[in-house]
Amino acid sequence: MTGMPATPQPIIELSQVTKIYGHGEGEVRALRGIDLRIFPGEFVAVMGPSGGGKSTCMNILGCLDTPTGGTYKFLGVPVAELDADQRALLRRNYLGFVFQGFNLLSRTSALENVELPLVYRHIPVEERRARARKALQEVGLAGRESHVPSELSGGQQQRVAIARAIVSQPKVLFADEPTGNLDTVTSVEIMKLLTFLNEERGITIAMVTHEPDIAAWTRRIVRFRDGAIESDEVNQPVRTETH
Amino acid sequence: MFLNAIVLALREIRRNVLRSSLTILGIVIGVAAVITMVTIGEGATAQVQADIGKLGTNLLQVFRGQGFGGGGSRMAAPPFTMDDARAIEEEISGIEAVAPSANGSTQAIYGNNNWSTQVTGTTDQFLQVRDWTLASGRNFSDSELRGGAAVCLLGNTVKRELFANQDPIGSTIRLGKVSCEVIGLLESKGQSGFGQDQDDLIVIPLRTLQRRFAGNADVNAILVSARDGVSTEKVQADIENLLRERRKVRAGATDDFNVRDLKEVASAFTSSTRVLTALLGAVAAVSLVVGGVGIMNIMLVSVTERTREIGTRLAVGAMARDVLLQFLIEAVVLAALGGIIGILLGLSAGALATHAFHVPFVLNPSIVILSFAFSAAVGIVFGYFPAQRAAQLDPIEALRHE
Repeated sequence: MTGMPATPQPIIELSQVTKIYGHGEGEVRALRGIDLRIFPGEFVAVMGPSGGGKSTCMNILGCLDTPTGGTYKFLGVPVAELDADQRALLRRNYLGFVFQGFNLLSRTSALENVELPLVYRHIPVEERRARARKALQEVGLAGRESHVPSELSGGQQQRVAIARAIVSQPKVLFADEPTGNLDTVTSVEIMKLLTFLNEERGITIAMVTHEPDIAAWTRRIVRFRDGAIESDEVNQPVRTETH
Repeated sequence: MFLNAIVLALREIRRNVLRSSLTILGIVIGVAAVITMVTIGEGATAQVQADIGKLGTNLLQVFRGQGFGGGGSRMAAPPFTMDDARAIEEEISGIEAVAPSANGSTQAIYGNNNWSTQVTGTTDQFLQVRDWTLASGRNFSDSELRGGAAVCLLGNTVKRELFANQDPIGSTIRLGKVSCEVIGLLESKGQSGFGQDQDDLIVIPLRTLQRRFAGNADVNAILVSARDGVSTEKVQADIENLLRERRKVRAGATDDFNVRDLKEVASAFTSSTRVLTALLGAVAAVSLVVGGVGIMNIMLVSVTERTREIGTRLAVGAMARDVLLQFLIEAVVLAALGGIIGILLGLSAGALATHAFHVPFVLNPSIVILSFAFSAAVGIVFGYFPAQRAAQLDPIEALRHE
């Protein structure tokens, strides 16, 4: 809108972000001043030991939580100044989530699960159906629309969850240990799918994982330790088909 | 948007049929109880009104004694005479018909059949006063009345017991030791609201009863019907004054007779059945509220059970108020569904019960609408607290919930 900028605007920009739980003697400093920028089209792995602050950071990035100090700008908008409803709108319109435990609605068909984000965007039912169908096709589940989660394998359930995350065409997809509940063969399939979405569909992905082989698929690895970023390096993707 | 929410709520309800049906069970029972109770009550009220109408229109009954609660004084009070009846007819204005009467019981015999029944001695005006018509035959003639002839009119029950399907007119039956010719058959009136068979009687001329059965000239009761448009209160007061004078009741002393206006009796019965209906309805309404507590219970369990689902919804962009609305609408749809099922059940039970109790089935649309609205309201009131809890969940906590 103002001509070509010298560097593209980051989607995510954290500066000196801190997060403190509790107060007084029992306070826990989960994040101790994080600086992080994520640009459009990136595929970032967030690694680190448990308690290192990576989950807290992802919750803040996903606008599910707010920082105690510092600023978080999403598309240039300071998230700290938004109230709970505005953050919900932000998630609704710009973010997609994939969880370790899939988090699909039980006894609900794959199609209806994928439709869910569109329901909250008040999209008419026909368009909703069509887009959900297309998203399922994209993740390789055409023909499984009417299956309920209990009729699908773990890998298929995670594909449904990914379809749900991309159906609203988000700016960023947050994946929290997406392969944590899957065997290695299925994990590779899911990573192939995420890579496809990143490279062919241009979806920005931030993924938490503690498995080096999974992180190796990405093009940037950020490591957390004791509430701070230990390292942030470009990764030459190593995409092993088998272990 | 609301329609969408209702569709989603129905989908949610369908997702767990067993839980949903248990949730609404209380409401179903509550609404069904209200509808059944009120239907039975209204049927009874309608029945009482119809019965009292059957006794005759504008009917006043004059009895000796002090009436309700008069203790043993009824028999002690002197009987009326034919002259009293004649005086009422001649001296009081606005009177349609007067029928003095006396009662006894007898064994009626025809061929091999015998039937013990009530015999009423009265005049030809009895039919008019009681608003009764003859199915066949004729009323008493003047000469029969004056001469105390052995003729009778049969009630439908007596006719059935003695004659089955035969035509009784012209046959002679025996009442005790008296042979009596059947000259007329009364139209059937059916059972009264008090379970009394109104057709189980034989009517004979008053004089016949006095001479052949009672052996005296007593008149036990005088039935008076007021002309249409005449105030029965005024006629009642006039009769009371006349009889006080004739029976020499001293000023200030209690009457030794009483005049009952059937309209008053009717309204007393009607209002007492109404009170009973209201009472039963209120008791049933309490069970509706208990049903609401049931909904709240299950909804609270449901919120806990679906914490992760709520977390997921919040993550994909639901606002707190979307979640609130979802659970609230679920509660209201459940309650309304319970209401509809309860209404159908209640109406069926009401129809069966009114049929069993032989009272008319009265459909009261206002109570149907009211109980539907009430059950939906119960859904809102008792669904709000669980919905509020769901809406206030923290998304991170909810997502982590096992």
